[in-house]
Amino acid sequence: MTPPIAQPVIESMMEQPPPLPLRLPPPARARQRSRRRRLTPARIGIYAFLLMAAAFFLLPLYVMIVTSFKPMDEIRQGGILALPHAFTLAPWRQAWSGVCTGAACEGIRGGFWNSVWITLPSTILPILIGAVNGYALSFWRPRGARLLFGILLAGAFVPVQVMIYPLVRVMALAGIFGSLPAIVLVHLVFAMPVMTLLFRNYYAGLPDELFQAARIDGGGFWRIFLQVMLPMSLPIIVVAAIMQVTGVWNDYILGLVFAGRDNLPMTVELNNVINTTTGTRQYNVNMAATILTALLPLALYFLSGRWFVRGIAAGAVKG
Amino acid sequence: MSLRRFQCAPHLAILPMALVAIVAYLGAALWTLRISLTGSRTFPSGRFIGLAQYQRLFDNERWMLSLHNLALYGVLFIGACLLIGFLLAVFIDQRVRGEGLFRTIFLYPYAMSFVATGLVWQWLLTPGDGIDGAVRALGFPGVRFDWIVQQDMVMYTIVIATVWQASGLVMALMLAGLRGVDPDIWKAARLDGIPAWRVYTRIVLPMLWPTVATVLLLLSTAVVKLYDAVVAMTQGGPGTASEVPTKFIMDHLFLRSNVGLASAGAVVLLVPVLALLAPYAYARSRKEAA
Amino acid sequence: MANVHLHKLCIRLGGKDIIRELDLQVAAGEFLVLLGPSGCGKSTLLHSIAGLVDMDSGAIEIGGRDMSDADPSERGIGMVFQSYALYPTMTVEANMSFGLRIAGTPKAEIRRRVARAAEMLQLDALLGRKPAQLSGGQRQRVAIGRALVREAQVFLFDEPLSNLDAKLRAELRRELKLLHQTLGSTMIYVTHDQVEAMTLASRIVVMDKGAIQQIGTPAEVYERPANRFVAGFLGAPAMTFIDGALDGAGRFVGGPISLALPAAPAGAGPVVLGVRPEQVEIRADGPLQGEVTLVEPMGNHQVVWLRCGALAMSALVHDGRVFAPGQVLGFAIDAARVSLFDPADGRRLGA
Repeated sequence: MTPPIAQPVIESMMEQPPPLPLRLPPPARARQRSRRRRLTPARIGIYAFLLMAAAFFLLPLYVMIVTSFKPMDEIRQGGILALPHAFTLAPWRQAWSGVCTGAACEGIRGGFWNSVWITLPSTILPILIGAVNGYALSFWRPRGARLLFGILLAGAFVPVQVMIYPLVRVMALAGIFGSLPAIVLVHLVFAMPVMTLLFRNYYAGLPDELFQAARIDGGGFWRIFLQVMLPMSLPIIVVAAIMQVTGVWNDYILGLVFAGRDNLPMTVELNNVINTTTGTRQYNVNMAATILTALLPLALYFLSGRWFVRGIAAGAVKG
Repeated sequence: MSLRRFQCAPHLAILPMALVAIVAYLGAALWTLRISLTGSRTFPSGRFIGLAQYQRLFDNERWMLSLHNLALYGVLFIGACLLIGFLLAVFIDQRVRGEGLFRTIFLYPYAMSFVATGLVWQWLLTPGDGIDGAVRALGFPGVRFDWIVQQDMVMYTIVIATVWQASGLVMALMLAGLRGVDPDIWKAARLDGIPAWRVYTRIVLPMLWPTVATVLLLLSTAVVKLYDAVVAMTQGGPGTASEVPTKFIMDHLFLRSNVGLASAGAVVLLVPVLALLAPYAYARSRKEAA
Repeated sequence: MANVHLHKLCIRLGGKDIIRELDLQVAAGEFLVLLGPSGCGKSTLLHSIAGLVDMDSGAIEIGGRDMSDADPSERGIGMVFQSYALYPTMTVEANMSFGLRIAGTPKAEIRRRVARAAEMLQLDALLGRKPAQLSGGQRQRVAIGRALVREAQVFLFDEPLSNLDAKLRAELRRELKLLHQTLGSTMIYVTHDQVEAMTLASRIVVMDKGAIQQIGTPAEVYERPANRFVAGFLGAPAMTFIDGALDGAGRFVGGPISLALPAAPAGAGPVVLGVRPEQVEIRADGPLQGEVTLVEPMGNHQVVWLRCGALAMSALVHDGRVFAPGQVLGFAIDAARVSLFDPADGRRLGA
């Protein structure tokens, strides 16, 4: 999925620490005072607003979870907000291995594995190439690199539809259209701007003198990259991996067009399950399937917290 | 560090980047442009017909509706996201307890795919079974929220769903910007006796201009690219009431076999993006020259 | 050790001329300091000697061989950076041996050189540590060690002490001087700190705006500055400049200051007199009068600021006399050591 770039303020945002309070902690005496802070109407208003907003944001998640554990007749009786009376795991089983996605009725687990096989190479490859690009741009600045990078950045803002048909034709001509290599290649193309930007900004933040010292020591392009820069890149690799895994797993349009019937990612199959079935809608199964699809990125988000936010601040935003 | 001596390795190393930039981005965009000037139907043809496709495009009711929808959506989406995101950031910045928890809650929707978001909100806003049903069950008979099936209200439902997803991101960016404001400014304002809300609107908000610019840029591009959520939530319906340009293009590329018309649409979609990028690129090149 | 010759060096960066037609001969084994304010081009010059910055025209010779197009690793140089530039993921030992390993030096030889450098710099106990576990002074020693193991002919230092606190700076300064005495290698050292320049250099090259203002021993550039810039740059508190004129009879008159100059050039005309604080002696029977405006006690001496007419002058006092602002006192200027400058172009007049 083509993430647009947050270029403005990116450099300054990279320099900033993750959003932790920049203000110094108040001295001990003052801290005691703030704990006994009076509950002024203003403070109450603040908490009220935040709690209402939290309710709004949590509502869909709650409804998703709650619906997925109810049997259909409970849902038909209404009460989307009610907790399940007859708690059941059947919708989950059905979603995982029973629903019909197009021709087959094997559940959404096929889509899960497809997404896994798509996401792994589509994360590793762009990170590697993005790192080399960022490194070359930052330290070596070969001729024409800035222009190429500018094209990449501009391209990241452009909707995928501008480039999708020619890419389809090229893939078809090469005989790989509708296959795993095709979708991985496409993800590589559309991830390259963001990955390159991430690494370039990161390496730009490293001291130039480190590079100069390595040059004096006799290091060439690849040796300096592999033995000096890459070992130092762990923080940004983690950020890049989180952003890329999330972006690729959540992608719909590229998977729809390029993956081919045998490799459809989970998002595409999910949409097929929910929006193309005839007859009565099995809301509980649908919600279970939706949660299953959203599970990986959500889990990644809840586990990685700080790194996720760092990725956003570093300008990698999915679009 | 300038390197006049020609070094092989760096140039070879960026070959993939060069290929992608020139072939996949530039090349593909130019090819699309070329197709838009031909009479291609299912496959690209060589028959040049000038700007006829564009003519047909703007005579096409569905396309004009999609543009109208996008404009309406854009204004509402960006406005709502900015407002909600800013308010959330400001309120969280007040040193509230459980700040980390709040931030986690507001930002998690961003980790969900557009498809999942669209599907959930479709369910939530289903008339009868969705939220309005629950509200009725709580004792408010006669409440009916059926925007999602009403032609002139359906776009608003898409606004709701996508604002829900994106506000957290705006909040995160604004919060980072807020936290970058020199804390001594707050102290100076306190000494001057300026009330907090005034400090926010008159002093801090203008200082946040770069952050706001970033957010605007991000949101605007997201608006132009709107596709997944519409497909998942309404499939462009009811009828074609929630059609958007990207969906128009995709449908004509792959379903209705009118590659020429679709390409014209894609080129037209490029215009606002370039219009956004141009002043930004200009501002950056001025900054670098300075 | 090798000498370094720069012929008509020109460097342009970002469209601007940084260095113009610069000639410099560095003798083998000398400790040459490039001194100047920020932006004067001294770092750029050093980096071009290292091969990290390409020059637009001119030639660089190291040890008699033309190195104008050579790679940095082929020039026989070692370099120490301001920010140490240690490889953070490698141990001290790996940091020092990295270059040798790339060059394919046999393991035994690497061990010997690393051991020797570690002994010279007291790093033996730290060889297994990573840079993050070292103090600033230790890191700088490792950086020096990394340059040492290359057994280079020329050592380049780019403001290596600027990131250290004052006490550590003084300590490492002395160690560097000892190192030079021990090794006898050619060392080219860049700094903006005149104390470092004066204490370390065998010769100082004072630079401003990409051009050499003066080359000379520390004593020469201090006592006989070639122009107003050099005179004002060296010495703290700075030299006082007094506009005035020579009367043709060997006497300088400028404002309230009248001074007989035994070594004055012949002829009359406008000149600028330069007086250093240590050339101003406060004594009751002095021929000139001034009012105390400020006293700065420095521990082992005092700086007394005087107002004389419209002039503000500083005087160095080494005894324990107490002065108060507003006090009027007499002072004398040591005419033998003052400097005279042309008011138009700032160059030195006379001897």
